[in-house]
Amino acid sequence: MSETAFQIFVNALLANNFVLAMFLGLCPFLGVSGRLDTAFPMGLATTFVMLVASLCAFGLNLLLGHLHLEFLRLISYIVIIASAVQLVEMVMKKYSPVLFRALGIYLPLITTNCAVLGVALFQTAREYDFVQAMTFSFGGGAGFTLALVLMASVRERLQLSNVPDVVQGTALSLMLAGILSLSFMGFAGLGG
Amino acid sequence: MTTAVQARNFDEFMEGIWRQNPVFIMVLGMCPTLAVTVSAVNALSMGVATSFVLICSCALVSLMRNVTPKEVRIAVYIVIIATFVTVVDYAIQAISLALYDALGAFIQLIVVNCIILGRAEAHAAKNPPITSMINAAGMGIGFTIGLLSLGVVREILGAGTLFGVSLFGANFQPWVIMVLPPGGFFVLGSWLLLFSWWARRKEVAKNV
Repeated sequence: MSETAFQIFVNALLANNFVLAMFLGLCPFLGVSGRLDTAFPMGLATTFVMLVASLCAFGLNLLLGHLHLEFLRLISYIVIIASAVQLVEMVMKKYSPVLFRALGIYLPLITTNCAVLGVALFQTAREYDFVQAMTFSFGGGAGFTLALVLMASVRERLQLSNVPDVVQGTALSLMLAGILSLSFMGFAGLGG
Repeated sequence: MTTAVQARNFDEFMEGIWRQNPVFIMVLGMCPTLAVTVSAVNALSMGVATSFVLICSCALVSLMRNVTPKEVRIAVYIVIIATFVTVVDYAIQAISLALYDALGAFIQLIVVNCIILGRAEAHAAKNPPITSMINAAGMGIGFTIGLLSLGVVREILGAGTLFGVSLFGANFQPWVIMVLPPGGFFVLGSWLLLFSWWARRKEVAKNV
């Protein structure tokens, strides 16, 4: 059961990519992937929130386990994630107002990104220790960013091509995601 | 008088099933939609679980709409939703452990399903409990129908079964990709394609 940190990282990044293999965080994946220059900062912001949330969730899980209050886990995780997002928002507003405006509504929506809650829940379910949990959340965030950037690049190129009207919109994005997901299946077994 | 109320209630109910279907029209709640629809049974139970959370949270949000301060309303909604999700989580664990393992973390991830928060914010916070419960029930059924239409297609093509019953006999060669992640994207994409083609055809017919 004890996976090395490297295996966890590769698994979360490629073989079990959060978006393309585990279907976590699809809303921002379909919503923000229109342009490359917003997709990348969005990925970074989400990764940061994931790291903070994973760190807090780890400490909180110890505390709740100690007090035998496991049934409060879900509620406290979601409150922690909401606070972490608020923190990122305030920091970003102070130090990078341009980026803050570019991300707009999608920044607060990180709260309802299932990838973030997914990290916290999975690391609890798999009983990762501290190093494993941090690697897992970093790998997950990097994988999310990778998927977002790939998708955005494909969609930018696609604007130049002649697509039938009927397919335009979400149907097209889903088909693209399917093909990307298909290619990511080639990484299966890489993490050992 | 009563017929007018009934007609309005019926309208509220049908909104989620047809006009504003959360899966096919609004494209909300994608993560559970794609992740758990590998079989019809999973899809159905996920739909029922989500509907339960949706109806209960909408009722409570609606009851508390006059005492909830505007600034902290999202936090209040999310705590209400998380409470009901915890209830469902423990209930499913008690009813069927196999189902609990099959759905995995996606039961707890109902918390971040945008359909529920969206309904709480857009409908339950402005309407009386009965109306918002009717609306939530419609939405829940619409979501379940969406999940089922994916789950059925993926199970038939990917495993050759429907609700666990074999359809084609022993010689069927399953189309495995359909129960793997890419299949989810492809099937939902095809459904959306079908709907947009149908809508377009109707539009063209109207113009002629």
